[in-house]
Amino acid sequence: MSVKIKVENLTKIFGRNPKAVLKRLQKGESKETILKETGNTVGINNVSFEVKEEEIFVIMGLSGSGKSTLLRCLNLLNVPTAGNIYIDGSNIVEYKKKELREFRQKKVAMVFQHFGLFTHRTILGNVEYGLEIRDVPPEQRVEIARETLATVGLAGWEDKYPHQLSGGMCQRVGLARALANDPDILLMDEPFSALDPLIRREMQVELLDIQAKLKKTIVFITHDVNEAFKLGDRVAVMKEGEIEQIGTPEEILTHPVNDYITNFVQDVDKTKVLQAKHIMFKPGALVSIKDGPKVAIKEMKNAGISSVFVVDDQRRLCGLVTIDDALKASPKHQKLEDILLNDYFVTAPETYVEDLLPAASTAKYPLAVVDKHHKLLGIIVRVSVLSALVHETT
Amino acid sequence: MQTFPEFISFKLGIYVEIFVEWLLDNFMGFFEVLNKVILFCLLKVDSFLHWLPWWVLVLLVFFLGWRYKNLKSGIFYAFSLSLIGVFGLWELTMSTLAIVLTSVALSLLLGLPIGIWMSYSAKVEVVVKPILDAMQTMPSFVYLIPAMMFFGLGMVPAVFATIVYALPPVIRLTNLGIKSVSREMVEAAYAFGSSSWQTLVKVQLPQALPTIMTGINQTTMMALSMVVIASMIGVKGLGYEVLAGIGRIEIAQAFDAGLSIVILAIIIDRITQGIADKYKIPEQ
Ligand SMILES: Nc1ncnc2c1ncn2[C@@H]1O[C@H](COP(=O)(O)OP(=O)(O)O)[C@@H](O)[C@H]1O
Ligand SMILES: [Mg+2]
Repeated sequence: MSVKIKVENLTKIFGRNPKAVLKRLQKGESKETILKETGNTVGINNVSFEVKEEEIFVIMGLSGSGKSTLLRCLNLLNVPTAGNIYIDGSNIVEYKKKELREFRQKKVAMVFQHFGLFTHRTILGNVEYGLEIRDVPPEQRVEIARETLATVGLAGWEDKYPHQLSGGMCQRVGLARALANDPDILLMDEPFSALDPLIRREMQVELLDIQAKLKKTIVFITHDVNEAFKLGDRVAVMKEGEIEQIGTPEEILTHPVNDYITNFVQDVDKTKVLQAKHIMFKPGALVSIKDGPKVAIKEMKNAGISSVFVVDDQRRLCGLVTIDDALKASPKHQKLEDILLNDYFVTAPETYVEDLLPAASTAKYPLAVVDKHHKLLGIIVRVSVLSALVHETT
Repeated sequence: MQTFPEFISFKLGIYVEIFVEWLLDNFMGFFEVLNKVILFCLLKVDSFLHWLPWWVLVLLVFFLGWRYKNLKSGIFYAFSLSLIGVFGLWELTMSTLAIVLTSVALSLLLGLPIGIWMSYSAKVEVVVKPILDAMQTMPSFVYLIPAMMFFGLGMVPAVFATIVYALPPVIRLTNLGIKSVSREMVEAAYAFGSSSWQTLVKVQLPQALPTIMTGINQTTMMALSMVVIASMIGVKGLGYEVLAGIGRIEIAQAFDAGLSIVILAIIIDRITQGIADKYKIPEQ
């Protein structure tokens, strides 16, 4: 996938004389000294990252870590003090007024934490707003606005006003307003933080559904680790205006770069992040369907296990043989095919550990992880599930 | 008792007079044009109001009261207004109303842009705020002096003084209204690529409208009170009746005219307040 947004050495300083403060910052003075001596706040400090096309890129961090400042640089609501932001290869920091307005009208849309809806406009009027600014003819923009409202499940609410809607519905309107412009990029600043937990989860799922259909590039901000890992294809963790680590949720969870990250992610619910493919391992023994029971017995004895998976020459899973059945079958000259069992669990590599837990804790045999051609990729035993959950959290 | 030493006597008034004369000498043309513009507007409004059949105005007040308040208020306002006619003061009332309406219209024409400008620029605010404070603390008849100097006696200086006196609330509340629009909402407007003008017209002004309406209401009330005072420079109207009545100790004449002013004030206040309330936007 190609790079959609490329941020290079971005710094934002709030205060009277940011350029002078920038020099001090580059000399290595600390943010505290700078604040004390100049009264300027360093919002973000020398941040670089890339966002790929059609990706959900989550920026996560504690309150005051500079998430909003960073996001607001991406549509120049904040003008960076230094650094470059390339979107589709062109540096938006250099945009003139007119280019900037056009960029905001067509390329990028924002969803706000407290919705930022226009309370004097109807729901339809809100969703239409961006199109109105672009001088789209009235009939056309009403049509688009209606369609977009239907996508977020608000058909029939067009003529209501924001104060007549619940919080969750208001944020759907916020989302619809952003989507109506058909932007490439969605900037979402803690869009679900103001919502009840239940509504919040609903909205997360809905966002993923919409994203599966529309395939936007989304930069999503949250202070909630679980939300970050649930939504993010990749996640950046910020601390005091700097990015500490960027990676997929699994990478951050399994290889935190420092104690700060470790602490940060320790109360994450790992079963919702880790998938079958992250905790499976190569089977210690494997038997071909062409082999006889004797080979199976030998393999199991060597590996010290009581059952083994049987595959064909394409490594497709055929079934499972237990040591008891093999021992009985061997003197009778039976083939492996005759004693194959199939009351084991099969799972796809993308299944979340959360969904494997019931199977893993009750199954007599290991779980088989297979791809869509039924090829055996690995196996999961109860212990590996448990160890994944406690791993590195202590 | 010691008297204040005479040798440090100093009279400021003379310099003000010199300044005003200087203004008149150098900006004669400007004041003449201003005079003409004000007079033109005033005469148009005045002749319209005197041409208007009395029952049309009574009906209008009834409908406005009904629409923006309730039926009972509508009936009450219409009845009160008719009462002025019963007192035999209808024509005088129309003259007063003409000055009020002209002053208010010109105040808005001036005040709204200044208020908007102030909300956009901290520098302008720093300059304008103290001027507004001064304008509001000054006793209202003080405005009559420069008005007279520039325009002589009559209706034009009355309108001028009224504008100056009634201007502050609409400026203040326009500024306040625009400034109190939620930051996120304004940012949302910009984030969608609105120009400053689009943001002003499509978001800030509609959001500020209830506050601005309150400003208009206050400006109107102040204009009404000023018109009474302006009768001191010989403006015919309800105020003059009161003043003359008091001067000649004719209580009856003063009372009827005074009551008419009160009636006018109540009707204008309630209806503009009603309109302001109708524009209130419910909170999120
Ligand atoms: N407009 C501003 N003026 C001055 N300081 C600001 C401004 N916006 C943000 N900051 C400061 O920058 C830092 C980062 O803020 P922010 O980006 O809002 O953090 P977050 O969104 O992660 O909570 C904070 O210390 C905040 O006080
Ligand atoms: Mg924030």
